[in-house]
Amino acid sequence: MTIRFNDETFRDDYSFHNSPEAIARFPFPFPEDSYMYSVNMEPRRGGRGVFEKRFDVDEHYISEMRDRAITLARDPLRCQSLPHMELAGWDFLELIMVSKSEDYPELFSLTRDGDRWTWENRPLGIKDSFTFLDASTLPYGPMDYITRQTQGDMAVLDQREENLWMDAGMVTSQADWSLDFDVGMNFYEWHAPVPRAHELGVFQRALTFLLNVQQGAPARRLNWTMTVNPRLDTAPETYPEWGPSKRDVTAQNVGAKQFLRVELQTFWRLPRSNALAFPIRCYLISLQDLVSQPKWARRLHRVLRDLPQDLVDYKGFAVNRPLIVEYLRQFDDGAPTSAGIFPDL
Amino acid sequence: MSQPMIVVEKTPLTPRVTRFRLARPEGKPLPVFSGGAHVVVEMQDGAALRRNPYSLVSDPFETRFYEINVARAEDGRGGSAFLHDRVQEGDTLRIGAPTNLFGLNLRASHHLMIAGGIGITPFLAQIPQLARMGGSFALHYAVKTSADALPDLPEGTHLHISDAGSRMEIAALLQRQPIGTQVYICGPERLIASVRGEAQALGWPPSAILSEAFTAPPSGAPFTVHLARSNRAVHVPAHQSLLEALEDAGVTAPWLCRGGACGQCETRVLSCKGEIAHHDHVLTPDERAQNHKILLCVSRFAGAELVLDL
Repeated sequence: MTIRFNDETFRDDYSFHNSPEAIARFPFPFPEDSYMYSVNMEPRRGGRGVFEKRFDVDEHYISEMRDRAITLARDPLRCQSLPHMELAGWDFLELIMVSKSEDYPELFSLTRDGDRWTWENRPLGIKDSFTFLDASTLPYGPMDYITRQTQGDMAVLDQREENLWMDAGMVTSQADWSLDFDVGMNFYEWHAPVPRAHELGVFQRALTFLLNVQQGAPARRLNWTMTVNPRLDTAPETYPEWGPSKRDVTAQNVGAKQFLRVELQTFWRLPRSNALAFPIRCYLISLQDLVSQPKWARRLHRVLRDLPQDLVDYKGFAVNRPLIVEYLRQFDDGAPTSAGIFPDL
Repeated sequence: MSQPMIVVEKTPLTPRVTRFRLARPEGKPLPVFSGGAHVVVEMQDGAALRRNPYSLVSDPFETRFYEINVARAEDGRGGSAFLHDRVQEGDTLRIGAPTNLFGLNLRASHHLMIAGGIGITPFLAQIPQLARMGGSFALHYAVKTSADALPDLPEGTHLHISDAGSRMEIAALLQRQPIGTQVYICGPERLIASVRGEAQALGWPPSAILSEAFTAPPSGAPFTVHLARSNRAVHVPAHQSLLEALEDAGVTAPWLCRGGACGQCETRVLSCKGEIAHHDHVLTPDERAQNHKILLCVSRFAGAELVLDL
């Protein structure tokens, strides 16, 4: 299987684009015509499209990593690891290197001779030899090193006191939250801004589930937001650069400028540290690309039309909801939609 | 999701404790784990399938084998006796994946480990892990007689033999720890309660004290439960836990630690005409009084009728 990597930008001229293959495999997050928070966790056991590989690599890989490097150069605090999290960083490095070298042997190789490892990342032109568990033999800390080469934001959570603590992370494509602000917080604290979910008891149940994720038995769920322009760096720290773009959306350009942003979140128990790895893999699709799948067009119209206002506010598209719903309405003929997230063939 | 393991070595360490070394049949490497983890060992004892959790005592970075130390239980339900008397080198046992409910707090500046009897086992895996990281730790190991003490103890272990008059002075111990010390207690419930009580009296924050009790499901008078969803009755004999009886009856119930600590087996009670004996560490006093929930792995019932949402 060969991937043709795009040469595209997620800022400035926003040349990001999805091929027809990328559109077809997009993780549409809505299995039914309405949306409310739930503990929508399930075992992570392969699947179709983006669900198949443990750490999905797609046509955006090289360009996303380039965008991450730009964000990190401007703001190094997007990657932090509290001192006690170094062992978890090694666990996570091992998980990613083993998974990607097994799942994409034409792109990545890992050879191990005791604790002398050699890692080759052909798309990014990287080949490094290092000593596992010896941070002096890598150019960055282990989590920093490997997440500069892996799509998606990553949180590495320490498990103690019947809670999870965001004590390490690489966060450059977040939906408007700050690692620097959240680092050291626990599960309830970092979720404090989310409306309704606390009262629904979603977080207690989610935390219980996550505390019991075991080695060899990862889990996953989907989350979603809306973004104007295919911008990855939508952080509080750079709000002046992307926040005002919401006001640039018009009825004429909403199909091209408004994006559905879906997070494929996975949860992995790390063996030596007993920490929990939490990759948040971000997929973007413009509304005009999304409506090429009739089922998705109908369903997204209904979900966004009926979404309660406080969720619209929290997911950051309140200003443009009327424009978005109006645009999507032309693609919704009222026909029934099939259950599940995959497009009808 | 258990895997078969060969017993490659069976080594009596003391009159009551035997070590079992387990390896994969084809010699394939085992997953590494974190010190303090346990595995649930499945034992086919005739018609009965037993599942008992045992702390891994081997070095967490050792991938050629796992080791567990099993103490013969005084009046147990048969699992440890089965391992001691019926399992030989070359036999096969199935084990689950390592699960850690008693992990190291890697933020601590010093790790104070207090072990009572067989409670030393999780520390035997944590010490190599800490030593490798250059961590600071001290192990205090209390046994009744010198014959009970494990051989080949980690260097620097403080051994307290109560029959020889050397008891652990818990208050004195707790009073001389540096700031940032994490305390770990593993052993009988009364040791845990004693250390926690002293710590609280001295003003230690509760989060600085971690404990693991090896709670085997207690025996008790037999009883019957009714399962609402499957519309059947299951009898629980004296020396089987409710969870084990359900499993024998072919009922799928969730479980994880099998020791009343993790809450995975918590089940809704639809009707309780009698008294539930809650032996777990999970439910709050209010929840226990309301009798709307029961932890299947350790709790029992006495009375006219108990109906579960299963």
